[in-house]
Amino acid sequence: MSATIESLQAEAAGTPTDPWRGFTEGRWQDCIDVHDFIQANVTPYTGDAAFLAGPTERTRALWARVSGMFPAERARGIYDVDAHTPASITSHAPGYIDREHELIVGLQTDAPLRRAIMPNGGLRMVEQSLAAYGYTLDPAVRDIFTKYRKTHNDGVFDAYPAQVLAARSAHVITGLPDAYGRGRIIGDYRRVPLYGVGRLITAKRAEKAALDARPSTAEIIRDREELAEQIRALGELAEMAASYGYDVTRPAATAREAVQWLYLAYLAAVKEQNGAAMSLGRTSTFLDIYLERDQRAGWLNETDAQEFIDDFVIKLRIVRFLRTPEYDQLFSGDPTWVTEAIGGIDRGGRPLVTRTSFRYLQTLYNLGSAPEPNLTVLWSPALPAGFKRFCAQVSIDTSSIQYESDDLLRARWGDDTAIACCVSAMEVGKQMQFFGARVNLAKILLYAINGGRDEISGDQVGPALPPLTGDVLDYGDVVARFDTMMGWLAKTYVDALNVIHYMHDKYAYERLEMALHDYGVLRTMACGIAGLSVATDSLAAIRYATVRPVRDATGLIVDYVTEGEFPAYGNDDDRADEIAVWLVRSFMGKVRQHQTYRDALHTQSVLTITSNVVYGKHTGSTPDGRRAGEPFAPGANPMTGRDRHGLVASALSVAKLPYSQAEDGISLTQSITPAALGRTPAERAGNLVGILDGYVSCGGFHMNVNVLDRATLLDAMDHPENYPQLTIRVSGYAVNFVRLTREQQLDVVSRTFHESALP
Amino acid sequence: MTAVIEPGCGVAQATPAQTQAEITGSVHSWDISTGVDGPGTRFVVFTAGCPLRCVYCHNPDTWYGRNGQRTSASDLLALAARYRRFIGAAGGGLTVSGGEPLLQPAFTRAVLTGAKELGLHTALDTSGYLGCRADDALLDATDLVLLDIKAYDQAIARRVTGRGTAPTLAFARRLAARHQTVWVRFVLVPGWTDDPGDVAAIAGFAASLGNVERVDILPFHTLGAAKYAALGLPYPCGEVQPPTAGQMDLVRAAFTAAGLYTV
Repeated sequence: MSATIESLQAEAAGTPTDPWRGFTEGRWQDCIDVHDFIQANVTPYTGDAAFLAGPTERTRALWARVSGMFPAERARGIYDVDAHTPASITSHAPGYIDREHELIVGLQTDAPLRRAIMPNGGLRMVEQSLAAYGYTLDPAVRDIFTKYRKTHNDGVFDAYPAQVLAARSAHVITGLPDAYGRGRIIGDYRRVPLYGVGRLITAKRAEKAALDARPSTAEIIRDREELAEQIRALGELAEMAASYGYDVTRPAATAREAVQWLYLAYLAAVKEQNGAAMSLGRTSTFLDIYLERDQRAGWLNETDAQEFIDDFVIKLRIVRFLRTPEYDQLFSGDPTWVTEAIGGIDRGGRPLVTRTSFRYLQTLYNLGSAPEPNLTVLWSPALPAGFKRFCAQVSIDTSSIQYESDDLLRARWGDDTAIACCVSAMEVGKQMQFFGARVNLAKILLYAINGGRDEISGDQVGPALPPLTGDVLDYGDVVARFDTMMGWLAKTYVDALNVIHYMHDKYAYERLEMALHDYGVLRTMACGIAGLSVATDSLAAIRYATVRPVRDATGLIVDYVTEGEFPAYGNDDDRADEIAVWLVRSFMGKVRQHQTYRDALHTQSVLTITSNVVYGKHTGSTPDGRRAGEPFAPGANPMTGRDRHGLVASALSVAKLPYSQAEDGISLTQSITPAALGRTPAERAGNLVGILDGYVSCGGFHMNVNVLDRATLLDAMDHPENYPQLTIRVSGYAVNFVRLTREQQLDVVSRTFHESALP
Repeated sequence: MTAVIEPGCGVAQATPAQTQAEITGSVHSWDISTGVDGPGTRFVVFTAGCPLRCVYCHNPDTWYGRNGQRTSASDLLALAARYRRFIGAAGGGLTVSGGEPLLQPAFTRAVLTGAKELGLHTALDTSGYLGCRADDALLDATDLVLLDIKAYDQAIARRVTGRGTAPTLAFARRLAARHQTVWVRFVLVPGWTDDPGDVAAIAGFAASLGNVERVDILPFHTLGAAKYAALGLPYPCGEVQPPTAGQMDLVRAAFTAAGLYTV
């Protein structure tokens, strides 16, 4: 600890005048170009984990203090909330966990775990959330956001067409960010330490001035106003930082300042935006350049470097948003998706793995496992062996890491790509997305069979088709109807998203996050599908077995009797997998036919987060034998229990889904028992490295890896108090297992665990 | 005691190479597993049929050849070939397990030979009881033998497996003479295979061979019980508890003391 204090004193005594001392020069000095800075200055690390340092006493004490508040938070749902102050970057006085002992400071409000209200997204959500936890909204705030100031939520519902409302209430299109912040925008928070806010404001002013010559069309007017808002937000960031005693108008001059500046930039974003996912980006290798420089100068030792990262990660672990219990049903475990992308290879083949990549992962040992930040390793077989082994070991010990194919990401989006939320790739500072949640493909198949009528309510929601006659479902007939129904769905869906994002830009614009992007950003319209495995297996059943529909008195088909065997998705059986590929391609093709708001690039994900449980609840019985109300498989996973040939065959079915038709990501969650990875710890780590290498080599995009025994989960359900930090990967993110609803816990427990020993 | 018929080795096996792929075998199932049946991630073929009736067997559904699926070696190899890329990146190979693969030596040989041609590392998981049915061509196509030694003492072996142990020991010596890499596998079943003298004897024997790269001490588990119930068979080990960590350590120590690498 003394070393840290000394270095802080040294820093305070004589902050070096040149913040860029020791850095290799380059284009990054002349324009805002963090990528170029990293390329010019990175020191790849190809060794093993032996250099890492454990937690200091200070770190332990600080973490104990804040984690000591978690049981009360878990019991009450939230720890505390400020129901009076609509949040902004500067709305709250500085907050601390333990001011004397914090190395990196800053909280979203004036106290740890005290949540803020963010009514710009929607007032109803705020009021319902407060009511759920026994709080009342300040009447003055209510007045402001009903009489004087419109919210995103109000705007959306003013403009939704009728068919969107119908599809929405029938749960065909769900989880839409129309009542809450859309998130999934990553500010390039690295720009603040590297350049200082002063320089960034200058650059934004220049971008804005360049628009003066352009005619004032609706688009240009909007761009000018957005740039003005961005400049204002940067000013507020500087003001907020000043309240903590830091001048972020200038670049960070030391490693600790770099961590602090970067965190303050991120903090400004999460002070103002309650986005569905508030991801961090790709920061470890950037910060490593500062830590390396200061270590070389003798300012820091390894313990100091690790301590900065541990402190930073403590802050990231306590980012909180006020959300309704219903929201938590969809996205369970109170996630914030502080996703950080680690590792990867650059375009020249050089690993972007540094000592700080290891240090981020080391926090899972120093502070114990945790769902946030959502540590995401960009995996390539070409990564250094020592790093791969360490990742595998951390996965085995903590089940807290997810993996995404760096090979696919780099080829498509470049080598400065980060992940927003779970699997959404974006080039940092150059790309953002319009988050579109997802549609329920399995339910749409039932609509196709029922001529557009909802199988639960009987209402005509989709376009009316002549009813299916006959005792046995005919594959060709069903597919033709399904095609029509998907066409209607795609049109309705893109319509909904266009309204949502128009209004979000208008009423809840992400000023600060967008201030940390280039002007002329690439936008994607991120559509998504749920129920892929249910729809696939149902179609396989119709094609390869005999499916007899069961009708109710009104002629509505409400059940199916399926006779005979059919191939199931998840066994590397092309007969089933080709259907899944067709579904993905086909829906993507239909989405692409519709004009998007701001000419966003159409993409889609095969991802459910944890809403696979809720989707299942709202979907009737399906021809694959799934009963009404039963959960879907998460993401692109095969249906639970139907993948019978082990993890690899299951994963290779998923790897067949073409990334080019699902550029917002394809999520696969795997649970393996430790014994199914090998007999010794070393063997297990080596074998997990092999599985990841194999999956990525075969075109796999994403894998959540849980290494757990089912017995552990069952015990945690009965004795949650013994497992406060038990973390599992669900669908693109991690959760504290004990924070899931019982229903979700049962869903996780019932999922396929790839076990060994029995043929 | 009734006479136990030891395996005959006069079975004609010569099969012209060009027709090997057409050979069919009785296959219980296949899967791809990691770290269980040999190093890395492997395509594992479980053949159906076994001459032994080990009291702790967790796969009673593989006892009878008639319960398997007739499968040609070429079809199986085509399936394995799908995983070449994955296994190549992951490290691993192909394992023929069972049941007892050497109950179907020509089929097993065809699969192993074909796997070598695919560039896969090959392993044979066998009790060795029918080791004499493995001709040199089969063993030439085998990179690693996973040899399950159930017991050293004849009486213990008969009690545990229903058959003697001499053929297994003879096979082990033959593998040693061929300098073939072997991983010995020993299942510790409290009350059945935990006689300290016998454990020491297996360890001493394995160490004397010179070709045993490692020894897997596998704890008895009760996961097979459900299969017995499903098949309507009595489960001889129904009352047996898995070994404790202490019991595992003792056995491990016996093998380690003999100079063997033990996991």
